[in-house]
Amino acid sequence: MKIAVCVKQVPDSWAEKKMVGGLLDRSNVDAVLNDLDEYAVEEALRIAEAHGGNEEGGSNTVTVISMGPERASEAIRKALSMGANGAILVSDVILSGADALVTAEVLSAVISKEGFDIVICGTESTDARMSVVPAMLSEKLGWAQLTFASRVEVDPSASTVSITRVTEAGVDEIVGQFPCVVSVVEKINEPRYPSFKGIMAAKKKSIEIRDFASTGSDFTQSWSEVVDASPRPPRAAGVVVTDDGSASQKLVDFLVEKKLI
Amino acid sequence: MSSVLILADFVGEKATKATVELATAGARMGEVSALVLAPVGKGAAYAATVNQGAISKVIVIESDAFAMHGVGAVAEAFSYVITEKKADVALFVSHAFGKEVAGRVAMRLRAGIITDAVDVAADKTTTQLVFGGSTTVHSKVSTALSIITIRPNTISADFVSSVPVVENMAIEFSENSKKATIKSSQPPVKGGRPELTEANIVVSGGRGTNGDFAAVEAFADSLGAAVGASRAATDAGWYPHSHQVGQTGKTVSPQLYVACGISGAIQHRAGMQTSKLIVVVNKDAEAPLFELADFGVVGDLFAVLPTATEGVKAR
Ligand SMILES: Cc1cc2nc3c(=O)[nH]c(=O)nc-3n(C[C@H](O)[C@H](O)[C@H](O)COP(=O)(O)OP(=O)(O)OC[C@H]3O[C@@H](n4cnc5c(N)ncnc54)[C@H](O)[C@@H]3O)c2cc1C
Ligand SMILES: Nc1ncnc2c1ncn2[C@@H]1O[C@H](COP(=O)(O)O)[C@@H](O)[C@H]1O
Repeated sequence: MKIAVCVKQVPDSWAEKKMVGGLLDRSNVDAVLNDLDEYAVEEALRIAEAHGGNEEGGSNTVTVISMGPERASEAIRKALSMGANGAILVSDVILSGADALVTAEVLSAVISKEGFDIVICGTESTDARMSVVPAMLSEKLGWAQLTFASRVEVDPSASTVSITRVTEAGVDEIVGQFPCVVSVVEKINEPRYPSFKGIMAAKKKSIEIRDFASTGSDFTQSWSEVVDASPRPPRAAGVVVTDDGSASQKLVDFLVEKKLI
Repeated sequence: MSSVLILADFVGEKATKATVELATAGARMGEVSALVLAPVGKGAAYAATVNQGAISKVIVIESDAFAMHGVGAVAEAFSYVITEKKADVALFVSHAFGKEVAGRVAMRLRAGIITDAVDVAADKTTTQLVFGGSTTVHSKVSTALSIITIRPNTISADFVSSVPVVENMAIEFSENSKKATIKSSQPPVKGGRPELTEANIVVSGGRGTNGDFAAVEAFADSLGAAVGASRAATDAGWYPHSHQVGQTGKTVSPQLYVACGISGAIQHRAGMQTSKLIVVVNKDAEAPLFELADFGVVGDLFAVLPTATEGVKAR
């Protein structure tokens, strides 16, 4: 099987973030692999390992695909050290400030050019928090959409993938055929820590950097624009009381004062 | 004036409060039609519950493809109607399903998309709260068609009753929208309490409950509140996953959020930070969630909550 994992490099969730000129200022925050994408990498490796492996001589490959600045290769390196075979990074100044639609157009151009059986994503990038790229990929590629999976089962001989989908709407059992787009929720697995051997091996793996022109996509127009961005006033410091037996009453008084009861 | 199409949101066979919120936002921009997608034979029953909010027309499509193929089929039907009716604004509820449908419609019709708006103005400018609620962003879509998803419980719903015209439409589905097949579906178990994303007040419990949610539930019930949980509590199996609040759970924006025995990890904050008022009960004065508290109690939740419950009931 040819498996692809889409990963994004994002600013560290704990970092303080600011907007500059309508875009996230990425210059002085640590950048990391989107933690929700680690589950996607782990699941891709588990699928490969369960069906003939992805090491030398194995019957599967796991390819990491990302769009972002060149320094996104640091995040990609983490996925490689977990055990992915290789990576493609689409990096081009023309793509800076790309919205979800552009991202999905570019990723799908790479995916269809390479040809994959399964593409696995996280459910959300922790910076954009849109949760739309996997659905957009399914639509663009015309592939089965098997998203928000808490369980993925692959039958390579029948070319089928079945998942358990968990969302606010409940739990669904869904099946589809290769090729398909899967996204996985964080309940699905426990991502492995890269081993020393994995980290050393990752140094020799190639990250192929492609420019926009080579993807074959002609779509660079972001269609959502930030008009303005402003910091919100910090929450006014609240009242904190230490319970000496009277805190419950003070809590009730607070609720009364705020007209909540 | 715009022509607005909203995707009516249902729990079971009944339109939700979030549907009314979409109509309220839509009416600021123009005339609102609601699309009702129902199983065969259920269209009229579903449509009859879309009777609040300024909705002038309800468009009904009946097909078993919606339950069988999910997001793909719904996105194709919505795209078809928007093109037929030449609507220029599409509104969806910002939950996993609504955002995925919106994403597919945006890709299909090549239109700009904005997700998780907490407000929309008459000129289609959206407001979003980003970076954990620390930054307000105003955005606009630059294509003729604007696709916007709106967070439940952020726009105050106008419950004006309406008697929309009902129009039935039919659609032939393409192969691409039917590639995923839903074998079985289990709706979330619905208790007697309000729905998390719709509730005015949410009371949540974390690892500090040590598995005993009775005090949290009793306090919630005294306030008519929904019950939420941290991931530590849902992972331990103390409370159903469908009640998890946070990055990988639900995002809530109630008038009041009460966190009991929850430390305040960034992933939990991501789901509750935009609550209007926040109360924290935690026995550790150093718990990071106190930073967000409008009212905090450093104390044992098993001592504080029962007395507070009595206090609320006594009022
Ligand atoms: C990819 C990813 C996604 C995640 N998504 C989410 C998410 O969606 N939602 C979420 O909540 N978390 C999420 N998490 C987990 C998150 O990082 C924290 O681990 C979790 O929120 C901790 O839950 P907690 O606050 O209940 O537990 P803890 O951090 O253990 O805190 C328990 C608190 O209870 C207090 N306490 C103990 N006993 C009492 C008592 N008797 N009375 C009062 N206070 C008491 C303690 O002082 C402590 O502050 C995610 C993590 C990852 C890696
Ligand atoms: N720039 C990107 N490069 C590669 N994958 C991405 C990118 N942006 C989003 N994705 C994938 O799409 C998922 C959902 O992202 P989003 O829709 O931005 O919340 C992520 O978890 C990734 O798997």
